[in-house]
Amino acid sequence: MELSPDDYALVEEELGRPPNAAEEALFVNLWSEHCAYRSSRPALADLPTEGEHVVVPPGDDAAVIELDPTGDGDTLLALGIESHNHPSYVDPYDGAATGVGGIVRDILSMGADPIALQDCIYFGDFEREKARYLFEGVVDGISDYGNSIGVPTVGGQTYFDESYDGNPLVNVMCVGLVDRDSLLTADLKEPGNELVLVGASTGRDGMGGASFASEDLGEEAESEDRPAVQVGDPYTEKLLIDATREIREHVEAARDLGAAGLSGASSEMAAKSGYGAHVRLDDVHLREEDMQPWEILLSESQERMLYEVRPDEVDAVREITEKYDLGFSRVGEVTDSGRYKASYDGETVVDLPAEFLADGAPVHDLDREEPQEKTHPSPYDVSREGLLEALSDPNDASKEWVYRQYDHEVQTRTAVKPGDDSAVLAVDGVGVALSAGCDSRRVEAHPYRGGYETVVENVSNLAAKGARATAFVNCLNFGNPERPDIYGEFRDAVEGMADAAGDVGVPVVGGNVSLYNESEEFGSAVNPTPTVAAVGVAPDADAPRMEVSCDVGTPLVLLDASDDPSVLEEVAEDVASHAEASHDVSTGGLAVALAEMCGERGVRATVDGDELYDSSPGRVVVAGDPDEFDGGYESTVVGEVTERDLEIHVDADTLELSQEEIEEARAALEDAM
Amino acid sequence: MTTVGVLQFGGSNCDRDVAKAIRNLDADAEPRLVWYKDSLEGCDAVVLPGGFSYGDYLRAGAIASQAPVMDEVREMADAGKPVLGICNGAQILCEAGVVGGAYTDNRSAKFQCEPTHLRVESTDTPFTRRYTEGEVVEVPIAHAEGRYVAGDLDALESSGRALFRYVDEDGEPSEEVNPNGSDGNLAGVRGDRANVAAMMPHPERRCDPLLGGEDGRRVFEGMVEAAAE
Repeated sequence: MELSPDDYALVEEELGRPPNAAEEALFVNLWSEHCAYRSSRPALADLPTEGEHVVVPPGDDAAVIELDPTGDGDTLLALGIESHNHPSYVDPYDGAATGVGGIVRDILSMGADPIALQDCIYFGDFEREKARYLFEGVVDGISDYGNSIGVPTVGGQTYFDESYDGNPLVNVMCVGLVDRDSLLTADLKEPGNELVLVGASTGRDGMGGASFASEDLGEEAESEDRPAVQVGDPYTEKLLIDATREIREHVEAARDLGAAGLSGASSEMAAKSGYGAHVRLDDVHLREEDMQPWEILLSESQERMLYEVRPDEVDAVREITEKYDLGFSRVGEVTDSGRYKASYDGETVVDLPAEFLADGAPVHDLDREEPQEKTHPSPYDVSREGLLEALSDPNDASKEWVYRQYDHEVQTRTAVKPGDDSAVLAVDGVGVALSAGCDSRRVEAHPYRGGYETVVENVSNLAAKGARATAFVNCLNFGNPERPDIYGEFRDAVEGMADAAGDVGVPVVGGNVSLYNESEEFGSAVNPTPTVAAVGVAPDADAPRMEVSCDVGTPLVLLDASDDPSVLEEVAEDVASHAEASHDVSTGGLAVALAEMCGERGVRATVDGDELYDSSPGRVVVAGDPDEFDGGYESTVVGEVTERDLEIHVDADTLELSQEEIEEARAALEDAM
Repeated sequence: MTTVGVLQFGGSNCDRDVAKAIRNLDADAEPRLVWYKDSLEGCDAVVLPGGFSYGDYLRAGAIASQAPVMDEVREMADAGKPVLGICNGAQILCEAGVVGGAYTDNRSAKFQCEPTHLRVESTDTPFTRRYTEGEVVEVPIAHAEGRYVAGDLDALESSGRALFRYVDEDGEPSEEVNPNGSDGNLAGVRGDRANVAAMMPHPERRCDPLLGGEDGRRVFEGMVEAAAE
């Protein structure tokens, strides 16, 4: 891989000489879209990122917020999200597994204990065998890695659409818990401190992963690109998690080794602080012989962390790594030169201005074409059969087959478990609610509105469990931005998200951009997929559940905040105080929502035919006293709790399903796998 | 004060959950997290918690079962102190020969995290003394290699070594409610001595009504009570 002629000329001008091969390789990786956001930066500037409770804004490995903005501010949450799309197509098991590993280390970099994962996974047409093969491999990879490291996978989304036939998406979000006193960042503190590399040894796996992630997938992708997919070792990751609890008290700064490996981590630390760094490649502990200096710099071997350590603390860190059987090497030091230097065998192999390397990539000025609005009418009939078809659609059917394979209870905090609108964790006496997802068909139909709605839908998932949103992270998955139609979708969707985040008054504190999600084989780009993961706080983790188990005759009330999502905060308060059961309305509309509420008890409701499958977000159905639900949202009694089964009156028709029929239809995904 | 050692191997991941469950008991007991390179000396009982010791890269529990600290576990077992293996800890105790039988892949060949109903089969162990015989409790499983192979099932049953059995809500065992294909629907068994037991379900995950119930709490209550005697 080489630099583009324009970039090469710019580098040559800045350095006053041509870059050597190792230096060029660094620029190729660090100036890739994956690392430098060259196409996406102008759009990202629109997103609101500030708030009094935001402790670490976007720009570090993960964002950090106060757990409870009304609390004492000592307990913090670290949040991050990452895509592992291209690797998961080439090697679904390892691609997805290392996606989990990477985002967990971003959380460790903040000194935090990872407490929850959410996965949003998008595949092609469920009828295609290839889609189901990738689905199974990705779930296996997440399951094996996430379960081994003892971090519960509590939520996310599984979505099928033919636009993902040649390019599935794997977006992983992680949440961590850290006391303010133990918080770490990537900001170097003082020249003279040492740089210490901890964790797995360095090999040739994952060479050039960052630039690989920034290309379209060709037909030969599966075989040719396998060396660019890293292989994970969850055992070492678990040791890193345990060691972090002790190491964080002895180090000054931390960064995990992700895209572009050691060079990425060390040069970004150097650039961020305004200092410099010198890395001695001879001192890196290796797993292979005869590695070239540039290979050591760029290797994306997993499960490695870089720390800034005061000289008098180096032995303490070494002892902790010995306790946990982790690799340790003293690989360099912080300098005040502003240069990023690497040496090997007594020779300087890289000598670059640190800030130019990490932040000097010019932003692409791309053409933008306004997207055409499309409409996707509901495919289901207003009939019993139509309703059964909706319930058994793989996008609406039960995902128990997926989340049963994830340990969602380890760490004993999970109060509301997967399968509900959001997971709720019991932390420090409050409920931390988590939601993630994107109904990308709605974004494809109208990117601005869809981007807006993706935010609203996730806030609504939190509100349905009595939680008000405190922060978002997003993962922007799009096609090739050099195509004006794709770039138009991208800009519109991000503007929609920015406006929605502004309207609900909640910052977007971090994210990830994945472009070039296209497939030569299928001649297609993925639906614009701006995944949102939302975090919220509820007064109590014992949230009302989706299924009704309350008294027969309890009214069902539809709370509608779709016209003004800012009132979802009131919905959250009223749900927390008064709802006996509560469920968000999303894909499949009221029809599917009401069917999902049936369990121990049943549901009878009256719905207009044209609203039966309407999936527009911002609505919640609750069971409870209608007089208690009188906030700034619209509130309508739509039915009541019955002994058992589902009965929906639609215009002149009555659609009836027994509990057994609902369960059988909802088992469609499980049956097919 | 009763000290319950919670043995941590590299890759253990339910160690802190077990410690939390013990700390929250209304009993004069304290958990002590013990790294496998340290000693269990001074502990009145020990729990081998769940997780993926050494990544389970060989067979689940096989590498941990060879750790030198397992000699101390055997000594505690021989001295009549309560020794409980949960999930990966159960696999380790079987691999170490402290409890009979073996664990292999679930019938589904997948990891399964789900609630199960258990019937209490015998109450003459520290871990079951607080339950009543025939009682049905709800405690979840989370494992990929939890299919118990008894060897001589008849001998196990006739000697009263069955502690917990997978059943339906009404207490009936059947193939349908056997989550992993275990012999005799066995979810928990004891060793030759009543003070040593292995179980796949996670009682530490059912010690708080907020998290789905408290049916697992009495496992630890009984253990602490017995350790103090």
